[in-house]
Amino acid sequence: MATNVELSHAAATPRLAPRLSFAEAIIKFARTKPIGAAGALIIVLMMVVAALAEVLAPFDPYRADYGLQFARPSFEHWFGTDEFGRDIMSRIIYGARIALFVGFTASFMGCTIGGLLGVISAYWGGKVDLFLERLMDILLAFPQLILALAIASILGPAVQNVVIAISIPIIPRAARVVRASALSVKENVYVEAVNALGASRPRVVLQHIVPNVMAPYIILLTAQLGAAILAEAALSYLGLGAAEPTPSWGLMLSGSALSYAEKAPWIALFPGIAISLGVFGFNLFGDSLRDALDPKLRKS
Amino acid sequence: MRTYIAKRLLLIIPTLLGAATLVFLIMRVIPGDVALLILGGDQGQIDQKQLDAMRRQLGLDQPLLVQFGTWLWGVVRFDFGKSLWTGQPVTEELLIRLPLSLQLAFMATMVSVMISIPLGMLAAVRQDSWVDYLIRVISIGGLAIPGFWVGILCILFLVIFFGWGPPLEFTPLWVNPWANFQIMVWPVLTVGYRYAAVTTRMTRSTVLEVLREDYIRTAWAKGLQGRAVVIRHALKNSMLPVITLIGTEFAFLIGGLVVTETVFTLNGVGRFVVDAVAHRDYPVVQALIFLIAFSFVIVNLLVDLTYAWFDPRIRYR
Repeated sequence: MATNVELSHAAATPRLAPRLSFAEAIIKFARTKPIGAAGALIIVLMMVVAALAEVLAPFDPYRADYGLQFARPSFEHWFGTDEFGRDIMSRIIYGARIALFVGFTASFMGCTIGGLLGVISAYWGGKVDLFLERLMDILLAFPQLILALAIASILGPAVQNVVIAISIPIIPRAARVVRASALSVKENVYVEAVNALGASRPRVVLQHIVPNVMAPYIILLTAQLGAAILAEAALSYLGLGAAEPTPSWGLMLSGSALSYAEKAPWIALFPGIAISLGVFGFNLFGDSLRDALDPKLRKS
Repeated sequence: MRTYIAKRLLLIIPTLLGAATLVFLIMRVIPGDVALLILGGDQGQIDQKQLDAMRRQLGLDQPLLVQFGTWLWGVVRFDFGKSLWTGQPVTEELLIRLPLSLQLAFMATMVSVMISIPLGMLAAVRQDSWVDYLIRVISIGGLAIPGFWVGILCILFLVIFFGWGPPLEFTPLWVNPWANFQIMVWPVLTVGYRYAAVTTRMTRSTVLEVLREDYIRTAWAKGLQGRAVVIRHALKNSMLPVITLIGTEFAFLIGGLVVTETVFTLNGVGRFVVDAVAHRDYPVVQALIFLIAFSFVIVNLLVDLTYAWFDPRIRYR
């Protein structure tokens, strides 16, 4: 009897796809998702630039040189200089650090807190679920940028405050998505099995539910990365992000940048290209990752 | 349907109440002393009398519960007190700016619908072909370019080639349509194109999902031609999510208004928010944040109702 069960079980199990090594997985991703690979390339490039800013930047991003105000783009100053005579290219190179820092920390914090709340909500159910769901509904009543703006205006302009302001609106969005997928994971037979075996609640959640909601979590995380970088730029542009003289891309476009439109259009040009390119990379990557991980969108 | 409407209406009450509470908490409890912030904050040489007067003006000398009651009573009557900057009632200040923002929002939505629906459909029907790649790259690109920078580029272009200056006065549509058009065309395109990038992506994925449905397979199996399947079966059934989407992307629209009105120095609701934040005009910030949440909730409610109207499966669940 026991062997019979085992045999039929073995016959029912489909053959697993061969496990790919990390390098093989990357090559497969690059071949099947060329757009995603292009995005990954941009992200890696941006990380290298941020990491090696001291080496790559030709000038000190903070040093003002009033003899060099509004210098046109040239061999010395590739992207020209701003109204204080600071080298724009160096500022953009250092700005990559702030963009990446805010992007990663804000989306990680928002998605992780939101994801955990989503899992708790789905697993505990009942009153806990009801309470958390209502709370998330309330947070969702505020458009993302507006809530970030309100929080940033209270906390004051500083990089770490921007991270908080951007991550809070992400929480309910992450909670909602992860809760939905945790609800379906919870119904699986293996969860019932470990419950029946007497596993503790934290053990069930951490070892059996969390690993199975990682796919939507990662999709969300990559999707929010680009959005967080954009939000940082927008808040800094509105004067609620990093304060002068921090080389933040959004800040470089704010205030006086437009008043020199005729005299020095490059001040308002290059930081915008940097933001767009960076966010473009993250979005390309995230979009392809979603296509690859979401079975509903896979080509049949 | 009636039960569904009643149920949905009842559900928004706790949400709105919660939103009003949250706005109140953000503004009063977390920041410490709002009066101190308004008077210039951290300099440390503020007259105690001035501080007390400001506290009294803001009602901060009252117990927290009383303050909360006053705020809620004001919310119910749409009375949000006076702006600290202009001394005018917040509601009046808002009504002056509302037509501009509504016009901008409406026109931008039109622009985005006209661009995004055909493109999104095309990308879905030709999934993983070069057309799909091109449309996806363009729409992802559109999402990546910050709205305010598109505005800045517009202005750079107009200033350098046409010697453009920011409009000194806003002309409403019904006074002089041509003058109004000249002011609005660039902001509308700036907001609309970005909005289109969002909706194109969403249209693509909803059409993709619909194309996987059983009834589409049946349509193919019946031997219908490609065009009949796509237009009669897929497009019709994916329009519903797209309608929803136009509603839910309202949030994007508001964010777009905030930055675009600031770039083009248009005196709309979005810029009102930014100015109020800059002036530390907390009664205005508080009122606007709540009203934006309020309109967001109402728009979502309307979208849900439209959805239920068209798709009976939802209202019977």
